[in-house]
Amino acid sequence: MRARWIAVLRTPVGAGAGVLLFAVLLLALLAPLLWSHQASAIDTEHLLEGSSAKHWLGTDNLGRDIFYRVLVASRTSILLALVATLIAVVMGLALGCAPVLLGRRAGRLTTAVVNIAVAFPGLLLALFFAVVFGVGAKGAVLAIGFAGAPSFARLTQTLVAGVAERDFVAAARIAGVGRFRMLLRHILPNIAEPLVVNATIGAGGALLAFAGLSFLGLGVQPPVYDWGRLMGESLNGIYVHPAAALAPGVAVVIAGLAFNLFGEAVAKGFGVPAMIGPRLRERSAETMPAATDDDEAVLVVKDLYVSFPGPITPVRGISFTIGKGEIVGVVGESGSGKSLTALAVAQLIEPPGQVRAAELSFLGAPLLGRLAVRSTAAARRRLLGTSFAMVFQDPMTSFNPTKRIGTQLAEGAREHQGLNRRQAMARAIDRLRAVRVPAAGRRARQYPHEFSGGMRQRAMIGMGLMGAPALIVADEPTTALDVTVQRQVLRLLETIRTEDDVAILLISHDITVVAQVCDRVLVMYAGRIVEDLPASELATGARHPYTRALLAAVPDLDTPLEEPLAVIAGRPVDPAAMPSGCAFAARCEFAEDRCRSEDPSLVSHGPDHQVACWNPQGTAAWQARYLGSESIRTGQL
Amino acid sequence: MSELRFDGVAVRFGTGGRALTAVDGVDLTIPSGQVVGLVGESGSGKSTLARAAVGLTEPSSGQILLDGVPLRYRAGERRPLQMVFQDPYSSLDPRMTVGDSIAEAVPRSAHLLGVGRRRGAGREDAGREGIGRQVVDRRREVGRLLELVGLDAERALAYPGALSGGQRQRVAIARALAGQPDVLIADEITSALDVSIQGTVLNLVRSLQRELRLSMLFISHNLAVVRYVSDIIAVMYLGRIVEVGPAQQLLNDPQHPYTKELLAAAPRRGTTSLQPPDPTVADAEPADPHHPPVGCRFHPRCPIGPLVRTDREHCLTIDPTAEADRRLHRTACHHAAGAPQTAMAPHTRRTFP
Ligand SMILES: Nc1ncnc2c1ncn2[C@@H]1O[C@H](COP(=O)(O)OP(=O)(O)OP(=O)(O)O)[C@@H](O)[C@H]1O
Ligand code: SF4
Ligand code: SF4
Ligand SMILES: [Mg+2]
Repeated sequence: MRARWIAVLRTPVGAGAGVLLFAVLLLALLAPLLWSHQASAIDTEHLLEGSSAKHWLGTDNLGRDIFYRVLVASRTSILLALVATLIAVVMGLALGCAPVLLGRRAGRLTTAVVNIAVAFPGLLLALFFAVVFGVGAKGAVLAIGFAGAPSFARLTQTLVAGVAERDFVAAARIAGVGRFRMLLRHILPNIAEPLVVNATIGAGGALLAFAGLSFLGLGVQPPVYDWGRLMGESLNGIYVHPAAALAPGVAVVIAGLAFNLFGEAVAKGFGVPAMIGPRLRERSAETMPAATDDDEAVLVVKDLYVSFPGPITPVRGISFTIGKGEIVGVVGESGSGKSLTALAVAQLIEPPGQVRAAELSFLGAPLLGRLAVRSTAAARRRLLGTSFAMVFQDPMTSFNPTKRIGTQLAEGAREHQGLNRRQAMARAIDRLRAVRVPAAGRRARQYPHEFSGGMRQRAMIGMGLMGAPALIVADEPTTALDVTVQRQVLRLLETIRTEDDVAILLISHDITVVAQVCDRVLVMYAGRIVEDLPASELATGARHPYTRALLAAVPDLDTPLEEPLAVIAGRPVDPAAMPSGCAFAARCEFAEDRCRSEDPSLVSHGPDHQVACWNPQGTAAWQARYLGSESIRTGQL
Repeated sequence: MSELRFDGVAVRFGTGGRALTAVDGVDLTIPSGQVVGLVGESGSGKSTLARAAVGLTEPSSGQILLDGVPLRYRAGERRPLQMVFQDPYSSLDPRMTVGDSIAEAVPRSAHLLGVGRRRGAGREDAGREGIGRQVVDRRREVGRLLELVGLDAERALAYPGALSGGQRQRVAIARALAGQPDVLIADEITSALDVSIQGTVLNLVRSLQRELRLSMLFISHNLAVVRYVSDIIAVMYLGRIVEVGPAQQLLNDPQHPYTKELLAAAPRRGTTSLQPPDPTVADAEPADPHHPPVGCRFHPRCPIGPLVRTDREHCLTIDPTAEADRRLHRTACHHAAGAPQTAMAPHTRRTFP
C-alpha cells in the first residue's frame, strides 16, 4: 500500500505534480497570514498601473497590489473548490451507495436518476444551480458541488458494483452481515482509493468551474475575492495591463493542473498494467514464410534465466529442445516458472524483467542478443509473427469484447498479409472451421461474449492459425474449461499437430492433462527442470520424488476412498530465499545431507530421460540400496 | 444436522428474448450428515443452484426446505446455510484481517448460539452450551476455528494478501464454519488451487465433515474429486439433474450417456491417452441455454441418441425428465434401466441410505 504511494512519487510526473500540489496548498495556507496587509493596502497614487518595481503585476482601480492579491486569493479559491468537491463527493457517495442500502427497487430508481443527471453537461448544471441557489459564494459552492455530484455518483455506482460482485461480499451476506455494516466494512474501504484519486482530479475541475462562476459575477462577491473575481475585474484593462488579467488566470491553471496531474499520476501508478493479450494480436498474422532450415528443432532453449529486480530469479537455467511436430508438456505448481518460460520464449517479458540465455533460437534464428541493424529486429518480429502463436488461459481477456470474432481474426491478416476485407474474412472463417467452430460463417459475426468458454478458446487457437505457425505455445489453455470441453480443445491441438506438423508447448499445472496429450513432459520445480521424460513413462517410470508426489496427489477414479489423499507436505520455496542445495529438499522424504548442500543437475537416466536428483526413485541402484537397507534392518530385528 | 431439500427449484434470469432458465425444476435432497456431490459442465447451473440455496439469488419457482421448513432470508440475519466459494482470492476482503473476516460470521449472541445448537455436537460444543446467555468470546472462537482448519491461531492478524491460495481457502472454510451452519455448500473449492494443495483441502473437508457430521453440497466439475468426498452423486446438464444416486453405485453403473461421457473423460490410474469418443457427436457444441433443445436436452450430443440411431426419434420430442422417477438413479434418459421395485419411493422425499 504505502509502497505504491512511494512508487507514484518516484515517477517524474508523480514527483513534479506532488511538489506542485504541496506548494499550492502551502501557499493557500500561508499567503493570507503573510500578505493580506499588502494585498489590501490602498495606494491612491498608483491606480490601475502597469507593472513596476514596486508593484510587479501592477495595481487595481483602488491601487491595491495585484501580485499580492493573486497570492492571497489562493486560499479562498482553493478552499471553496475543495468544499465544492467535498459536497460533490458526499452527495455522489450517498447516491451511488443507495442501491446497497435501499434494496433493489429503490436502488434502481436512484440509478435511473443518476443516469439522467449525468447526461447533462456539468457546466450547464452548475449555472442552473447557481441561479437556483442565488448569487454569492455559498450559492456557487452548492452549485458546483451539486453539479459534480452526478459524475461521482456514477463513479461510485460503478465501483460499488465492481466490489459487490466479488465473492467476499456474497460471503458476508451469507454470514448475516447487515447492509450498513456491509457498506462500511467491506465496500467503502475497497473503493476508497479510486474515489480519492478521482476526487483530487475533480478538485482541479471545481477550481476551474469556480473561477468561471466568479468571473461571471455569480460567485464570490466583494469585498471577498478569488482568482475568478480578480480576472473579471482586470478584464476591462486587459489591453493596457495584460499581466493583471493573466496572472490570476495562470494561477488557476497552475493550481488546477497540480490537482489534476497528481490525481492522474496516482491513478496511473495504482492502475493495472496493460494486458499482454492485445499486443500479441498485433503480430499474430504476417505473411513472410518462416526461414526453416533442415534442422528439425523448432525451438532451442539453453540455460534460460528470467530475473526481476529484488533480485529474484524465478527461472534458473533451464534447457530444452522442441522438435518439429512434437508436443511437449510443462508441469509444475504455481510459481514454478512455467508461464515465465513461455513468456520468455514469446519475447513477452517486459522490463524490469530480464531474460538471459546461452541460446534461445526459433527455427534456427536467434531470438536473444542485441541486434545491430533495425531490419534484423523487424525480421525477427516477422518470424515470430508468422510462425509462432500463443494461447492464453482466459480467452475472454485476450479478445476485444466490442469487436466481432471474425473481424478480430481478419484484422491482422488485412494489415500484414495485404488481403482485402473479403479475403481476410474468408480466411478467418476458414480458420474458425479448421478449429471446429460450428457454423463458422455465422459465428464469425458474433461477439466474444456470445461464445462459450470452449469455443472462445478454439477461436483463440484459430487466431494463431491465421499465419502458418511452426510452434504454438499454450499456457493453461484448458484450466478454465470443464472436462468434456477440455477434451475437445486438447484433441484439437493434437489434430493440428498431426495435420500441419506444428510443434506445441503445452503448459499446465494438471499433470493428467499433460499426460494425456504430450509426447514428452518437463517437470519444473522452483525455476528448474527437475525431470524430462517421455509422457508414456510418466505413470510408471517417473524418477524424481517431486514428479512422483505430484502424480500421487491427483485423485482419480481409482483413488482409495478410505485413506486421506496423498499430499506434498510443506510449501513451495520462496524465490527470494532459494536454498543452496536441492530446492525440493525441505519437502522431500528422501532428502539426505548432500541434498541440502549440493544442487543436483539434470543428468541422463537412459534415453530420453533426464532427472535432477541425488536420490532418484525406482532406479536399479536405488532399489539395491533401498532393499539392502531394508534387509539389514529386518536382519537386525 | 439437517436435511436440505430442493423441491422443483427453477431460477430464471432476464426477460423476453434474452431470458434464460439456468436451473430448471431441480429436485434434490441432501440427507442429514451426508455429502451430495454435484457434477456438470460449465454453465449447467451448479453455482446458480448453490446461490439460490444460500439466498444470493431468488428462485423463480419451487421451494428450498431445511428440515421441511421453507428457507426465508432477511438481510442481517444468521443463515443456516453457509457457502465456501471457488476463488479464495476474491472471497476474502483484502482490507480485513483474516480474524475479523471470521469473527464477522460468528453469531452475535447466545440467543443465536441456541439456534445454532441444533446442528449438534462438534468436539467442543458440549462446553459451548454451558456459556448460556453470555456473549461469545469471539477471539477464542476465531482461534479455535483457525486451529480446526489447520492454521495457527496467530494467523488471525494476517491479511489475506499474506496467505497462499490453500491457506486462504482454509480461512474461507473456517469462516463458513463460524456461522455454525446446518448445511455447508462448497462450490468448486479446489479448482483454483494447485494439485499439490488440492489434496490438503480435500482431506480437510472430509475430516471436518466426518467430525462435525455436516450435511454438505459439494460442487465440482471434476468427477474424481466428487467421488472422493461424496456419499451421493448428482449429475447436472443444462439446468436439470439428469442422474442421481449413491456414489459407488452411480460410478459403477452409470445410466445416463452424459454421466458415461464424464466418466470416460475422468483420469484413471495408468491411462495416458485420450480415448476418442464417438466422432459424430464428439465435437458437438454444448447447447445454447437460451434455446435448450426440445425433447431430451442431451440429444444433440448423445452418442446413443437420435443422431446416431435413427430409431430413437422419440428423443427429439419426448422429454425424459417426466418419467425419471421410474428409472434407476432417476435418470433422465428414455433408455436407462428401470428402477428396482423396492426403491419406488416418491422422488422428492427419497434419501439414500
Ligand atoms: N446473473 C445472471 N444473469 C444472467 N445469466 C446468468 C446469471 N448467472 C448465471 N447465468 C447463466 O446461467 C447459466 C448457469 O450458470 P452457473 O454459473 O450456475 O453454471 P455452473 O454450472 O456453475 O458453471 P461453472 O462450472 O462454469 O461454474 C449459465 O448459462 C450462465 O450464463
Ligand atoms: S536431490 Fe535429494 S532432496 Fe532433492 S529431490 Fe532428490 S532426494 Fe529429494
Ligand atoms: S433420452 Fe435419448 S437422447 Fe436423451 S440421453 Fe437418452 S438416449 Fe440420449
Ligand atoms: Mg460455477
